Amino acid sequence: MSGFLTIVLIGLVFVIIYQIAKASEYSTVLRGEEKINRRVNRSMALLFLLFFVAGMIGIVVCHNALSDKMLPVSASDHGVRYDSMLFTTLVVTGIVFVITQTLLFWFAFRYQSTEKRTSFFFPHNNKLELVWTTVPAIAMACLVAIGLRNWVRETSAPPKDSMVVEVVGKQFNWLIRYPGKDGVLGKRDFRKIDDANNILGLDWSDKDNMDDVIAQNGELHLVVNKPVSLIIGSRDVIHDVGLAHFRMKMDAVPGIVTTMWFTPTITSAKMKEITGNKDFVYEISCDQMCGKGHYSMRGTVIVETQEEYDAWMAKQQSYYALNNAPATPAAPAADSSAAPVQKTDSAKVLTMK
Amino acid sequence: MSNSVIIEGPNVAHGIDTGDHHHGHEHHEQHFITKYIFSQDHKVIGKQFLITGIVWAVIGALMSVFFRLQLGFPNETFPIMEKFLGEWAKGGKLSPEFYYALVTMHGTILVFFVLTAGLSGTFANLLIPLQIGARDMASPFMNMLSYWFFFLSSVIMFISLFVQTGPASGGWTTYPPLSALKEASLGSGVGMDLWLISMALFVVSSLLGGLNYISTILNMRTKGMTMTRMPLTIWALLFTAVLGVLSFPVLLSGFVLLIFDRNMGTSFYLSEIFIGGKALPHVGGSPILYQHLFWFLGHPEVYIIMLPGMGMASEVLSNHSRKPIFGYMAMIISLIGITLLAFLVWAHHMFVTGMSPFLGSVFVLLTLLIAVPSAVKVFNWLTTIWRGNIRFTVPMMFALGFVSLFISGGLTGIFLGNSALDIHLHDTYFVIAHFHIVMGVSAFFGMFAGIYHWFPKMFGRFMNNTLGYIHFFLTFAGAYLIFWPMHYEGIAGMPRRYYDYSAWESFKHFDNLNAFISIAAIMVFFAQLIFVVNFFASIFRGRKVTVKNPWGSPTLEWTTEINPGHGNWEGDIPEVHRWPYDYKDDGNGNDFIPQTVPLRPGEEAH
Repeated sequence: MSGFLTIVLIGLVFVIIYQIAKASEYSTVLRGEEKINRRVNRSMALLFLLFFVAGMIGIVVCHNALSDKMLPVSASDHGVRYDSMLFTTLVVTGIVFVITQTLLFWFAFRYQSTEKRTSFFFPHNNKLELVWTTVPAIAMACLVAIGLRNWVRETSAPPKDSMVVEVVGKQFNWLIRYPGKDGVLGKRDFRKIDDANNILGLDWSDKDNMDDVIAQNGELHLVVNKPVSLIIGSRDVIHDVGLAHFRMKMDAVPGIVTTMWFTPTITSAKMKEITGNKDFVYEISCDQMCGKGHYSMRGTVIVETQEEYDAWMAKQQSYYALNNAPATPAAPAADSSAAPVQKTDSAKVLTMK
Repeated sequence: MSNSVIIEGPNVAHGIDTGDHHHGHEHHEQHFITKYIFSQDHKVIGKQFLITGIVWAVIGALMSVFFRLQLGFPNETFPIMEKFLGEWAKGGKLSPEFYYALVTMHGTILVFFVLTAGLSGTFANLLIPLQIGARDMASPFMNMLSYWFFFLSSVIMFISLFVQTGPASGGWTTYPPLSALKEASLGSGVGMDLWLISMALFVVSSLLGGLNYISTILNMRTKGMTMTRMPLTIWALLFTAVLGVLSFPVLLSGFVLLIFDRNMGTSFYLSEIFIGGKALPHVGGSPILYQHLFWFLGHPEVYIIMLPGMGMASEVLSNHSRKPIFGYMAMIISLIGITLLAFLVWAHHMFVTGMSPFLGSVFVLLTLLIAVPSAVKVFNWLTTIWRGNIRFTVPMMFALGFVSLFISGGLTGIFLGNSALDIHLHDTYFVIAHFHIVMGVSAFFGMFAGIYHWFPKMFGRFMNNTLGYIHFFLTFAGAYLIFWPMHYEGIAGMPRRYYDYSAWESFKHFDNLNAFISIAAIMVFFAQLIFVVNFFASIFRGRKVTVKNPWGSPTLEWTTEINPGHGNWEGDIPEVHRWPYDYKDDGNGNDFIPQTVPLRPGEEAH
């Protein structure tokens, strides 16, 4: 009921506004339309120009208010090139923006209708039109050249020595698979997926899977200054691996393998110093709408030194060991530092290191 | 509107369908139903499209108010939302499912129902016959069908808002597998089927309309109305229709395959999916295929939305500057350029889908090429107002605002069309800011300019000026306040379509800004209600138009009676002798020469 009343009330307010406005129309007619129209024209021209001035001030205010909320310096080598290209594009478009908007608002104000003015009959001028077709074309060609140079680099094949990590999206979290000691990700098959004990559908007949480690908490550990090649997939719908701090992004598409590679250049610890934020963390955001939990599909990236990475990896158990522990009761699953008893061939890579 | 319908004489016969002609030899009052509801008069159909569009715009904008409340104030509750949305906003807090449904519906409604049907449906219907000098469309009956298919599609979409599992909620692009699998989201249930049916009917409506517009423009111009004597509105509407006719069928094919995947067990878009605790049998499909089919319409759709605004802004800028449009031929050539390129740039929406990077490079090149004709148009508009005699009427201000917004929104397209930048900006608030400014607000400004300018032709009355000025400044300022800061959020990597950012270390510090944007959005919403009140009140109470040609325009629509009946001109259709932008001294103290006036001795045709 109160909702209905609110609507009625709002409706009434608008009716009153209309009546007031209508009254001003009658008074215009009474006081001489021609004169009033001239005055309205002058004030609207002035207001329009003031809008421009206020807008330009607003742009500066907005920039000052938000510039310290932007992303910190790029944490990848691709990102550095992205930042410089963004700056170039900002400068080019910024110049065009200021010139065209200034002309627009200034012409409008300057050539407002007066009693004396007549317009200038100026239907076309081929020279002018040639100039402003060519200049944008050249500017665009330059931006395309910069863009394609960076694009070819970003999408080129990853260096031979890069580490390989698989990132798989599912509603609504990220699963990260490390290839383990052999450096090879084993085969997986969506038909073998079982949420209880085979979350990625690893094919156990493939020996390469035995040492693969899966981080179900979405923690992506990377080594600083070491290129990483991400193998990206999805279990259900389309997701997107968004790495804002590295200026990278790639969709995770079911049925298709996508990839991206980059070299992280700043460790998480260093970035905490740079930003002065002790809670700073690199985040993986899902950037492709994937359902009701889309906004909570968060992963993290931890960039660390080789030593830290090795130490962390040493503590991880392979996914096979974690889920097939009952089959080899002698292997103490909980204590990864104890040397496992190697009984069978298939269990020889039960744990890492 | 009291005129009885006068349909007779040899000039009329080809213009109307035989059913009407049958009664043509007697003057008669039409029944209310055939005059206002199942009308075949293009002017009435135009008004039907416009009013349906306005209703949808209010609904779509209200949805954005609801989800902006959630985004701006994620920790508050708004009991009033429960009044509107019931279970979906229990305790005044929007549920995530319904948040996504609102976002999806807001996009679908505004892009298709308001800015496609409501915009080109209105002005193509109203202006094409009037400005080219025709009694009606090539097929008035098909024209009527076009509206009623749109109406049917609207009804189905509206019903989908009330189904138990909610309306479609996979984004207005409805990418499968999310939209294809009922297990993936509540909105992918019945709501999605209704969405697809509604959109399929919408495509039918759009095709019936578009074919009619094209054939009318090509075949039914009055004597002397050569192609290069047509106003730029008509050129723009012609290319709008061409874009729609060539790209909507592709969208329909994409939807049909999606319907098959959803209901008949095919695997066009589905492959290797494990969902709801089981592996699905689908293998071999590709979700990327859908994206290609969708964006093959989706991108031309942007120009379907932009071109009518461009045409109307050209017309209004020239008319209220009392000066010919600068570079008439260049304007037409740039429209042709935009139309051709519009078909060749769709994959710039898909740079990060895993599409071949080489293909990506090709689309970068083609996409940035489209900036050239767009730039030409902007420079020509600027030169049009240069040394004009500018009347700051409400339509003129909206047309000037259109140019300002088109520049702002167009320039950010240069960022997104360059794949090496898109790799970071894709699906962030930068994209939201870009397309809302350029094809949202800017297109709306073109539409408002058109409505305020042609309202006297539609209803024989003026809209209220005071309210018009208030509406303009609130909307213009509000649009920049909402969308300008969003560019910053986007460059900071903030992803779009999030229900709540408070758990994210990287994005949670924008909470104050989000609240600010929400307040601005609510303000703009109420400013639009001023327009709605002004529109409907002025139909009945606006100041009456007393002269045939209140704006002093050379084009043909102002040679008709103040309230033209079906058939538009009493007596013969006027003959055209000159181009539509002859704003020069006619020797009698007027600053324009109507198209119907023959060239004076010694006067050169443009």
